[in-house]
This record gives sequence, structure tokens and C-alpha cells, in this order.
Amino acid sequence: MSEKEKKTESCTEGEKTEGDSGLGLGVLFFLIAFVVVFLSGWLLFPKLLYSKKEQPFNFNHALHTSETGSCDTCHYLREDGSFNGIPDLASCMECHEEEPMGDTEDERIFCEEYVANEKEVPWFVYSKQPDCVFFSHAAHIQGAGMDCESCHGYIGESEECRPYEENRITGYSRDIWGKNIWGIKKHSWDRMKMDDCAKCHKEETGSQGACFQCHK
Amino acid sequence: MKVDRRSFLGLGLGAVAGAAVSPVAMKLTDDSSIWTQNWPWTPVPHDGEVTFENSVCSLCKGSCGISIRKVAGRAIKIEGQTDHPNNNGGICLHGIAGLQYLYDPTRIKSPLKKNGKKFEEISWEDAISHIAEKLTSIRDEKKTENIACISGNETGSVAELYKRFFKVFGSNNFYSVPSMDTTWKTTASEMHGKNNSLSFDLENAGFILSFGAGLIEGWGSPVQCFKTNAARQKKGVKLFQIEPRLSNTAAGADKWIPIKPGTEADLALGLCHIIIKEEIYDISYISKYNYDFKAFSKMLDKDYTPEKVAEKTGIDLTLIKQLAHKFAWADNPVAIAGKGRGDIAGDAKEFAAVHALNCLAGNINKKGGVWVNRKKNYLKFPLENLDNTARKGFAKPRYTSFQSLISQIGESSESPIQALFILNANPCYTMHDSDKIIEAFEKIPFKVSFSSFMDETAQLSDIILPSHTFLERYEDIPSDSAGIARKTVGLCKPVVNPVFNTKNQGDAILMIAKALKGKVADNFPWDNYEKCLKSLTKNIWSALSDKGYVVLTSKPSYSKPSAEFSYIANGLKSVEAQGDKKSFPLTLISIDNMRIAGGEISSSPFAIKTVSDKVIKGTDILVEINPETAKKARLAQGNKAKITTPVGSATVRVNLFEGIMPGLIGMAQGLGHTIDNKFVADKGVNINKLIAPVIEPSSGQDAAWGIAASISKV
Repeated sequence: MSEKEKKTESCTEGEKTEGDSGLGLGVLFFLIAFVVVFLSGWLLFPKLLYSKKEQPFNFNHALHTSETGSCDTCHYLREDGSFNGIPDLASCMECHEEEPMGDTEDERIFCEEYVANEKEVPWFVYSKQPDCVFFSHAAHIQGAGMDCESCHGYIGESEECRPYEENRITGYSRDIWGKNIWGIKKHSWDRMKMDDCAKCHKEETGSQGACFQCHK
Repeated sequence: MKVDRRSFLGLGLGAVAGAAVSPVAMKLTDDSSIWTQNWPWTPVPHDGEVTFENSVCSLCKGSCGISIRKVAGRAIKIEGQTDHPNNNGGICLHGIAGLQYLYDPTRIKSPLKKNGKKFEEISWEDAISHIAEKLTSIRDEKKTENIACISGNETGSVAELYKRFFKVFGSNNFYSVPSMDTTWKTTASEMHGKNNSLSFDLENAGFILSFGAGLIEGWGSPVQCFKTNAARQKKGVKLFQIEPRLSNTAAGADKWIPIKPGTEADLALGLCHIIIKEEIYDISYISKYNYDFKAFSKMLDKDYTPEKVAEKTGIDLTLIKQLAHKFAWADNPVAIAGKGRGDIAGDAKEFAAVHALNCLAGNINKKGGVWVNRKKNYLKFPLENLDNTARKGFAKPRYTSFQSLISQIGESSESPIQALFILNANPCYTMHDSDKIIEAFEKIPFKVSFSSFMDETAQLSDIILPSHTFLERYEDIPSDSAGIARKTVGLCKPVVNPVFNTKNQGDAILMIAKALKGKVADNFPWDNYEKCLKSLTKNIWSALSDKGYVVLTSKPSYSKPSAEFSYIANGLKSVEAQGDKKSFPLTLISIDNMRIAGGEISSSPFAIKTVSDKVIKGTDILVEINPETAKKARLAQGNKAKITTPVGSATVRVNLFEGIMPGLIGMAQGLGHTIDNKFVADKGVNINKLIAPVIEPSSGQDAAWGIAASISKV
């Protein structure tokens, strides 16, 4: 037997003897890596992807809607059909100027930091769509007769502001993709991506619409 | 057990499999694709309530009403104000781009003082006290007549405040930049009596005979003229355009009649001759109200027979006759003059001859005619109170025009003017033979500019008191162009907060007057310009601030003024292009292009982008030459060539154009700025450098419309 043949033989033998345990370790490593990556993808990844920001102070929607009666007291359509969105400081002052302020910590912050300095409150908008999207509230509320909840859920009943989560890559609010990292939705307001607009448009109008209707 | 290659393989495969069933890959793919569509450094405008605010555009003399669209208080867009008597919702490209002037790279950010060759920033207080010191020393020496002002406007409260300042200081040397309106004013007062102004109701005219007036090149109130021109075509009202080059106006006219430049007056007088000879003029008007009509018709018989005119003008004899008939037989015919935009003073003889045609047609003070109105003064100034120094200084004779003052300075070793104020004007760019003007300017020891922009003249100033732009200030804007029949006054309002440390020109002069103390200060009792404007326009203020404009004259006067032909019969002389025809066989004429801003304003970056590459290509200017002329000079399309005139030379490129008469070179006006603005500066050539001033003897104004030139291949 030549030197070379010996080597080949010992190699084949070696494989034969240690073959099972080698594979076992490979499977173990496979499983460990699989579980670690899988779990990180589910649990750690969202935490890394989204930054959490607290609102400047807590806003109690439930309290305000019970006082004012409806969403559109503060979130109204202007005369020209455009939507005013989050009310500005002047709008808040319309009520808060005459009424004495309450005694919560949040109202103190509102008064001292914003009212006194005539500074607009830098609210984070959970439902903010990117600038490349044109969205008309008037067309949906008045034209299609939709209610606020279809897209915004029951935010009007919330007593506390949840932290605003911002996607570190896109800068979008987490609400656009939805809380579920797979993007699985249970309610109509859980996710508000382009496909969700298109789906509803297809159901309601028979067409998902043309690009330029929203991307002007 | 041994960790080997397979273990790592397992690890890798496990990671890949784990990732595949986790949302990471899908989410990252989606996010990264979104990221590419939302570059974080791309500015996103604020969202908010949309509001509109009315004001007036003062980029040119059109006095268009504008409506500024604002989002959350930020000015976003300038639109035309609907129902405004001047522009009725329309706006031109310069007005639309008006917001760019707020952030123009040449804007002056704070008061500046020249130190050696460089400017340094100073405070408003220091700048004012420096000016006051200089002026006080001039006043103490009792040489008050040695200060002068050149202003882009002649009317309006700001110009009036400066005039008032000069009067109570003791100087009669307030000059305004001449334009066709200056010549129309002279024509009106010479032919219809003093204090009369003249304007054309083109909107209702039945036939328009235009001697080179660029109706869609920015003449009169540009937007109004665009609309008139469009409406005219629909109504079937004819426009005959007489000019040496096929301008856009000529191309859109019903007939284009090419004419040898400088012989327009001859043609107009030739037409007058035919109309009088054939007795197809308004005999009832002329026989009732005229002076020296006989002398006029005698002069026509002698020098302006159709044959002579045909020879002079190069226009066919039968065409001249047809033209005379067409004009005389039309309902409400109107003849107008003022080359291109009418930015230069006109030839007095041409204007008088053209207006003689209007008088012969009897279309005076009628709807669709020429309106001769008394000047309306809506500003109520308290009477000036002059001290002895001022009275003596103000009584000293003035120069016939700013041009003659500058020539005087150029010729003297020491400038007769010790201090010059420059208000809304850029003479070092707009005046003819601008290199000479710059030389003369450098001799003036103390120059104060009130410009918003570091233009060619501001660069040479000693102190700059930067002004608000028209979007940042209050000002009354009267529409006093002859191109606008109805006289209005609009209110220019601040629609944005000042971007830089600038002030209203009205406030600047109030501050200077107050700093001079004594009688000068006493004549300016107002705390600030806004209060001053309110008190001066007391009678119309509420309407003015409410609506944004007030109509001062909406119809012509009931009475017909007399037509004095003595002015023209006494032998006015036409302005001729300077230069010896042997060494300079061609004639350089200037072309007004609507896309290039005129006067003291340089074009905005938006506007300059719209200029055709047959006018500017890269940084080269193209001049128009008839292929026949080009052939003689051995020039082909796009060739580099050198233009030489008696006062300068420039390198250009050739654009062959059948629409320009042979023997001419046409060059765009408004290019070749030498300012620190990469968007508009150093593109092309400033044609004013190549043209020598020609003084029109009856007015003393420079009315040069061109110059003899030669061209050769480079």
C-alpha cells in the first residue's frame, strides 16, 4: 500500500467512526442558530428597528371627547376641505384660555412649557403618512361617509398616550406597518400601508385606483 | 465530539433558516425600499392651513394684483389676484417666481459700509449716523445742491418722500430713470397742455397700429397686454406691427411690416400726410380743437410725401397707402409706440408723430381710444417748510436729465455731485455705455444705495441701506404706465416677515431726515413709514387696505383736449444710431424678451431657465442675424463672432434668423449681469455696454435704440 492509499483509507475509516457524532453536532448548531435567529427576528428585531419616543405629555382623548362630544370638534375639515389634523396651540387655547386649568402634571407641563412660551406642542402623529402621499380626509369622511374609527381605531376612547414608535430606517410611525411585525392585521385600522388603501378601494369602488390619485 | 466544518455549516444553515421564518428579511426589504423613496435629507414643507393674502407685484411697472398662497403662515406661491383691474387673475413668469427674490443669493443681509474695497456689516444706527454726518457737513458748507438721487420710480409715496427730502435739504437734483412713459408724459403735456397724462385703452380698441411696442414682450402692464392680445384675436380686432424684427408680438399680429429702425417717425408722418390729403381724418375734432394744424400739414407736404417716406423707411408705397386707409377707416384705431418693453426713453419725434395719428383719428378720450387725463394725486402731503439754505439750494438749476448729470461728472476732474442716493435703480447696468457710467460713478465721493440686492450699482456704493423686497413691505403702487388706461393704486403689503436685517425704504429716509435734525427733520413728522402711508392716503386708506387697490380713473375725461401740432411742426429730430457707417456697416439693436427681466431687476433663477437656447447657450449669448448678412460676413449658425461698436466689443455666437432685417444684429437685453449670483450672472453680454447714449434734444434724455456695429468671425 502506497503512502497515499494509506492516507485515503485512514480518512474513510475516520469518517466512518466519527460520522454520527459530527452530524449530531451540526444538527445541534443548526438548531441553536435557528432558534436564536428566529427568536431574535421575532422579539429582538422589532425592539432594534423601532425607537420609542414619549409624547411631550399625556393627552387624555376620552376626557376631551366626553367634554366636546365628538372627534371633529378638534380634528375638523377647514372650509376649503383640507383637514386641520392635530389642532394647533391657538385651537387648544380657545377652550383652555377661559376655563381654569386642572391640576394634573400634564396640564402643568402644557401650561408652563407651551402656553406660556406660545410654543406649539410637538406631538408625534401615530397615523402620519409620508409626504409622497396625498390623502384627502374630506373625500373619505364626506364623500364616502366613513367614520374615524375605520382607519384610526378607538383612539378617541384612550386615556393615555402610548409611546410613539418610529422606524429607524424609514422614519415612519410603527402604526403604518402595524404593531404585528409580520404585518398581520385583525382590524381595519391595524395597518395603513398602500395595499390597505388599495384593498379597501377595490372593495368599495371596484378599482384600486391609479398611482397619481395619491402620489401626485 | 469535535467542532468541525460541518458544525459551522449547521450554524450557518440554522441562521439562514431561522431568518427565513422570522420577519426580518421581509421587513428589511420593505423598509429599505421605502427608505430609498424618502431620503431623510429631502426637505418636506410644513403642512397647515392654507390662506391667501392680496398684495401688488412691483417687479415691473405693470402693477399686477397678486394673491399669495400661504400654508401655516409660510408664503408658498404667488398667483394673480382675480378681478384685479390690471391683470384679472393673470400673472407673468417673473411674478410667479417672485418668492425666489426673497432668498436671492445677492440679497443684502444687513447695512453695509465700504471699507477699502470690501464691505463690512454695520448696524442701522451707525449707517444712518454716518450718512447724517456726511450730509450735515455738505449742508454746513451750504452746498446742498451737490446731492442727487436717481430713482426707479417717479410716483408713489416712497419716491415722493425722497423728493421731499431732497427739497427740504436744498437740492433740486432728484431724477427718475427714463422710460417710454417719460416720453409719453412729455408728448401729452406738449400736445394737450401741462399736467396731462396719456394712456391707451387697448382693451377696447378696434384696431392697433403698433410702432414696435412689444405687446407680449412686456410693454405697458404685461399681463393686461397678454390678455388684450388674446381677446383681440378672438374679437377679430387687427394688430399691425411695425418693427425691424419678427418679435413674438409681430409673429402673432395680423400683419408684420418690417421697417428700417429709426424711421418709425417718418412712417407715422407719412401716414398722417395721406390721411390729411385724402381728408379721412376726424374733421370735426381737428377743426374744432387744434393749434398749428396748417403748419403741420405744410410740413408733411414738404417732407413726408408717400414717395419720400417709402424711400426712407424701405416700405412699399402701396403698403403705406393701405396702412393709412386701414388706420383711418377703422373704428377706434389706436397707434402706440415704445420699442419692446418701452424700458428706454422714446424718440420724441416718433411719439409725437404716432400720437398725431391718434389725434387725426379723433380717437381721444373715448372708450377704446387714447385717454388724456389730468394727473390724479391721491397722496396728501403737508406743505414743505424750507429754511434759507434749502430755498437757495433748491432754486439752483438742475441738469436736464440724469444722463447729462452723469456725463458732466464723467467730463469733470472733480464730481460736481458730492453725494448720490440710488433708489430702485441700477444705472451701472441699465444705462448705455455702462463702462463710462461706472467710471463716472467712481468719481462721486459718497454713494448710498437702498437696494435689496448687491447689483452692479450697489457694488460701487459706499453705504448700503438694504431694503425689504416687495413681499416684506408696505408701499402704495400707482399704475402710471401709459400702457394702462385705468389708473389704479395698489397696496403692497408685507406677506412674510423680513428674511434679513432690512428696512422699508420709506423708513430709511425718515431715519435719515430725523438724524439731520432741524428743519429737515421737522418736515418728516411721522413716526414710521407705515403711519406715514396711512396718513398720506387717509381718504382712500380703508378701501386700499380692504380690497388691495383703488381705481383712481376708470374712464376718460368728458372733455376733449385740444391737439397742439405746433410741437411736431416745429421740427423735432429723430434719434439716430451713433457710429460711422463705413467702419461699422451694421446696426446693433436691442431685443426685449419677456422671459428675461428688464430694468434694475435681474431675472430669477426660475425665469432664466426658461430662456431659449437660441438666446443663451451655456454662458454664450446668441445674436440674431439675417442669413444674408451672415453670408457676407462668412458666418454660419453657432459660429463665434466678435461684435464691435464705437464704444465696446463682445464675443457672441451667431443665430441665423430670417425674421430680422438684413443689416441688423439683434441682441437680448437683460443678460450679462456681473453680480454674485451663479444662476443668472455671467450669462451672455450686457448690451448696454455696447450702445452709446444718444441725447434726444427736446427732452435731454438718452433715447438710443441701437448703434452702428460690425461683426467678424472669431
